[in-house]
Amino acid sequence: MSSRDLILNSVKAALAPLPQRAAHPGYDKLKIVSKNFSPQQDLWVSFQENFSKVHGMSFTTFVELKNFLLSQKSRLGYCDPALTDVFAALNPELTFETAFDRNKESEYSFGITRATGAIAETGSLIFEDATTSSRLGSLAPWIHIACVKRGDLIDTIPTALSRISDDPNIIWVTGPSKTADIEGILVEGAHGPGIQICFLLP
Amino acid sequence: MAQKIDVFAKKLTDEVRHSVHNASSLKTMSRVDALWRDFEDPDAMRILAGELKQHVIENLDTYLPQAEAALQKNGVKVYWATDAQEACQTVLDIMVKNNCKRMVKSKTMVSEEIELVHFLEKHGMESLETDLGEFIVQIDHDHPSHIVTPIIHKNRRQVAESFQREGIGEYNETPEVIVAQARKFLRDKYFKADVGLTGANFLSAESGRIVLNTNEGNSRFCLAAPRIHIALVGIEKIVPTDKDLSILLNLLARSATGQKLTVYTEFIKGAKLATRPEGPEEMHLVFIDNGRTKVLASECREILRCIRCGACLNVCPVYRQASGHAYRSVYPGPVGAVLSPLLAQDDFPEMADLPKASSLCGACHEVCPVNIPIPDLLLRLRDRAKREKIKTDGSPPMEPFAMLASHPLVWKTAMQAGKALDFLPVSSVPGGPVKAWTTVRDLPQWKGGSFRSWIKKRQKNRRSEEKP
Repeated sequence: MSSRDLILNSVKAALAPLPQRAAHPGYDKLKIVSKNFSPQQDLWVSFQENFSKVHGMSFTTFVELKNFLLSQKSRLGYCDPALTDVFAALNPELTFETAFDRNKESEYSFGITRATGAIAETGSLIFEDATTSSRLGSLAPWIHIACVKRGDLIDTIPTALSRISDDPNIIWVTGPSKTADIEGILVEGAHGPGIQICFLLP
Repeated sequence: MAQKIDVFAKKLTDEVRHSVHNASSLKTMSRVDALWRDFEDPDAMRILAGELKQHVIENLDTYLPQAEAALQKNGVKVYWATDAQEACQTVLDIMVKNNCKRMVKSKTMVSEEIELVHFLEKHGMESLETDLGEFIVQIDHDHPSHIVTPIIHKNRRQVAESFQREGIGEYNETPEVIVAQARKFLRDKYFKADVGLTGANFLSAESGRIVLNTNEGNSRFCLAAPRIHIALVGIEKIVPTDKDLSILLNLLARSATGQKLTVYTEFIKGAKLATRPEGPEEMHLVFIDNGRTKVLASECREILRCIRCGACLNVCPVYRQASGHAYRSVYPGPVGAVLSPLLAQDDFPEMADLPKASSLCGACHEVCPVNIPIPDLLLRLRDRAKREKIKTDGSPPMEPFAMLASHPLVWKTAMQAGKALDFLPVSSVPGGPVKAWTTVRDLPQWKGGSFRSWIKKRQKNRRSEEKP
């Protein structure tokens, strides 16, 4: 007998003596939305608030973004080819490449990619392969700049799950990469970005 | 003789005890803050989540084939492993078949359970942990002592020493520097690896999506650079639909670390496609039983609801004093005291002392995001050990008491004979446990046996009062 059948038979045998099976509880009794989200509030304002609580930074103008990147001594980065025209405003002090070269990963100090959306309730950015041009471009550089449009904002986790797409890889990013493995002390920038930026596209 | 866990706890250095106690207390507080700040009634959520997971485990015969079909539809190759040996062999076979030599691992408890790293190394494969805590465990040839924070028993000086010893970086106690050293060291490894191995926090039977919850970004790296993805999934990890993830995701990170969500919540539905040319070329998923169907058949099947948040460890007064290694198994703390003896299967007697390592205070039940009645399960396992006549250290012999308590006449006689204690020179016993007790305590006057005459009198009076 295959291991598959062995396991499934054991499962059936284990459950056979139960007089009845527990039913799915359903969600009629309970609202699963946190107090971090208020339907009255503007989605972008709500997102910004929750995003900053998880140490995300949001920018709405190219000048601010450029000044910040320069203050971090960033010079070279990766940029989604579809966004190069938009971010031409960062040139010439900042330059970027549109193909992520694995051999140059240590030279890229920032990555600019598109986010599919963002969840206001939790301050999470959503990336999917359909819209994120490079997984490494959004992950390897110290600074990641995720670009969203107002129309991409989603209110809550349940809504985000109900609209989840068919993409093979979807990721919600809630703040910069971090660890607290050493004595419970929070350190940002573990393996992924140490600085997570959200840029609101005009 | 004392219980094994007490023997272990006594040998802990103050340094370790403080590390474990401080970090776990801190997480308990963050959990409370996060849940009560964000929700009106977190307890109602825990109860609902418990009902949901109970529904899943009682319908695994439906959900497992459903999940398998969904995974296959997504192009995922599905394997089944009855035990640890078969699971390890399956991973090795996938690696050999695909000409793989190097694996990078994201944190998965089930891989610890089947001792995958050891097995692969024995067969000439390189396998590297990339979660910072697990990485340190690996270079120190140690074991994780906590489900979520594996090196809760170590301090920064010890980590700095290990890094220096292994040539990962110069000795530096600053956590930021240590993390940066690990980041730099591991970066190169991702790019050289052929396989990225992950676990799964959840698997949706409806869509065949696996969900991974991490903070460091290492699991994303494991799926960004290597060409093969292997996921190890315990058969109990299923949720019926994507919609059901809402409540569990809301509870998991808050219960574990006090975060709203972990930094990275990944939904993975197969390898890359012609239209989505990023990520691994193939995805393989291994369903692992390794004792779980036996747990499902037992009277403790509720433990299969567990979503591995570690909240019961953090809150447990025994765990805080004893640390994780005292539980001698992959799953420590209250959840481990139930799960480890059960997963040990034929070696249950070796682990039968663990369910006794609890004061049954109930804190673990109160914090559990899936409302597992851990104290009840501990009692059921104590009962099982008793019925199977398993002797464990640290139990006083209970047979004389059992005899007394089940023979009314003998009991009555013993109660009356107990009066003799008032006249015995108990406090002048020269040594042993009696002396240890009487140096700081007086033996109160014997009052045994009076309850029976009191209740008899009371009932008699009642009857006479009731008479008109």
